[in-house]
Amino acid sequence: MTPDPFHLSTNIPQGGPGGGARPPGPAKGRYLIALKAILHRELSRFLGQKSRLIAALVRPLVWLLVFAAGFRAALGLSITPPYQTYITYETYILPGLLGMICLFNGMQSSLSLVYDREMGSMRLLLTAPLPRGWLLFAKLLAGTLISLLQCAVFLAIGYAWGIRPPLMGLIAVIPALLLTGLMLGALGLLLSSLIRQLENFAGVMNFVIFPMFFLSSALYPLWKMAEASPALAKACAINPFTQAVELIRFSLYLAPNWPALGWTCLATAAFAAAALYGYDPARGFTRSKG
Amino acid sequence: MTLAVENLSFAYGPRKALDGLSFTLDPGSFTALLGPNGAGKSTLFSLLTRLFTAPQGRITIAGHDLNKTPLKALAALGVVFQQPTLDLDLTTRRNLLYYAALHGLTGAAARFRADEVLATLGLTDRADTPARSLSGGQRRRVELARALIHRPQVLLLDEPTVGLDAASRRAITDHAHQLARDGTTVLWATHLTDEVSPTDRCLILHRGRLLADDTAAALAEGTTLTDRFLALIGASA
Repeated sequence: MTPDPFHLSTNIPQGGPGGGARPPGPAKGRYLIALKAILHRELSRFLGQKSRLIAALVRPLVWLLVFAAGFRAALGLSITPPYQTYITYETYILPGLLGMICLFNGMQSSLSLVYDREMGSMRLLLTAPLPRGWLLFAKLLAGTLISLLQCAVFLAIGYAWGIRPPLMGLIAVIPALLLTGLMLGALGLLLSSLIRQLENFAGVMNFVIFPMFFLSSALYPLWKMAEASPALAKACAINPFTQAVELIRFSLYLAPNWPALGWTCLATAAFAAAALYGYDPARGFTRSKG
Repeated sequence: MTLAVENLSFAYGPRKALDGLSFTLDPGSFTALLGPNGAGKSTLFSLLTRLFTAPQGRITIAGHDLNKTPLKALAALGVVFQQPTLDLDLTTRRNLLYYAALHGLTGAAARFRADEVLATLGLTDRADTPARSLSGGQRRRVELARALIHRPQVLLLDEPTVGLDAASRRAITDHAHQLARDGTTVLWATHLTDEVSPTDRCLILHRGRLLADDTAAALAEGTTLTDRFLALIGASA
């Protein structure tokens, strides 16, 4: 092979004629280079698939523009924090639909992980000389940023439709959406470590997405659910998705909600730790007969 | 040696996939790992690439214990997987640059290495072609180029010629032999005896155990390697 004029800049010494092992100890920059590459790849892949953005937005928009309009008359909402006045149903479900975007995107990311694993590209990623946790975090962050992009477009459409949270709330909600995206992405990562084949995925989606979404405060306040069934209201209250939706709701209206923040952080940490365990090479998530 | 496998065992539940496997590969050598389907080749490759780890045994790559210092060991490793792993939406060059970044190479250094391996594999004129538009043989060559971009000391190829025509198969096997002559340690897993040259070292794996370890010519013993291979795996069946 020809001599490498960039030898010094890469700090990679050349071994024998075809050799060139990496020096001992990973350089700090290598982590960031890989992170940047993974983010760039995932985001450009998403932006290249316009149909995916449209599909991701159609679902919450149908809920917002059709479902909410129909339910506005049926569902009376009293004044509850963080709202300081009577609100329309569309206004109420906006945070829940932002959560829905993160939920579906987190699950779609995990679906693509299962697909990548079957197709082999996940193998390529996991054999990179970087800690597996870092590589998975990079994938997780990429998925979360995609959720954030979808939420931004959805909020813009909602704003144009007349659902207008405080402008500062649109800034304050960003960290809440990031945390929600990470939590649901970590859950998706965990699921992808448990699912052996793509065929099994649809069933798991039904057991995760629907209960998580409907047993939450996304579509109806918990007090309203408690009127119908105290047991279901309790189930809603312990659902991490409820906590994430409330965190989004309160952030959007510039009101602190420390319990929701705490529970969402805790759930994120728990899902991430379990996903890391699921992808532990000693446990062997990729094991299949070979 | 550049690659050492010591007493490696692995089981999927009750079924043993590898059973006390040991071998070493010298620097700049070409070794064919020959075995029928289900012999344990893919399991061995998954363990060598640390997709999962074995409860028993030891793997050393370029002097680094894969369990104790996995990042250093993996950095010395280039892999061509049996499954296609190219991103079909990206161009050839972007595929290479993505992999280079996973190995800590970026900017001008990565572009230099990408151009270098593309030229070596005769793919320069395909650098800006989307991977989707490449033929099967070209895609495989891109995967080989990608595996070489960080100049690994050890190159693993897991049945890299599956689905290719005769000319593409020949091109890939010839190139892998040339890499070995240039100093890279090459382990080539296959179940096709015609991909093995008489002077190649040949490890015959069956049901997770090493049945033979010699040059292909010595193993053939006056008959053909295919006959000898079939006799060996038949005898142990």
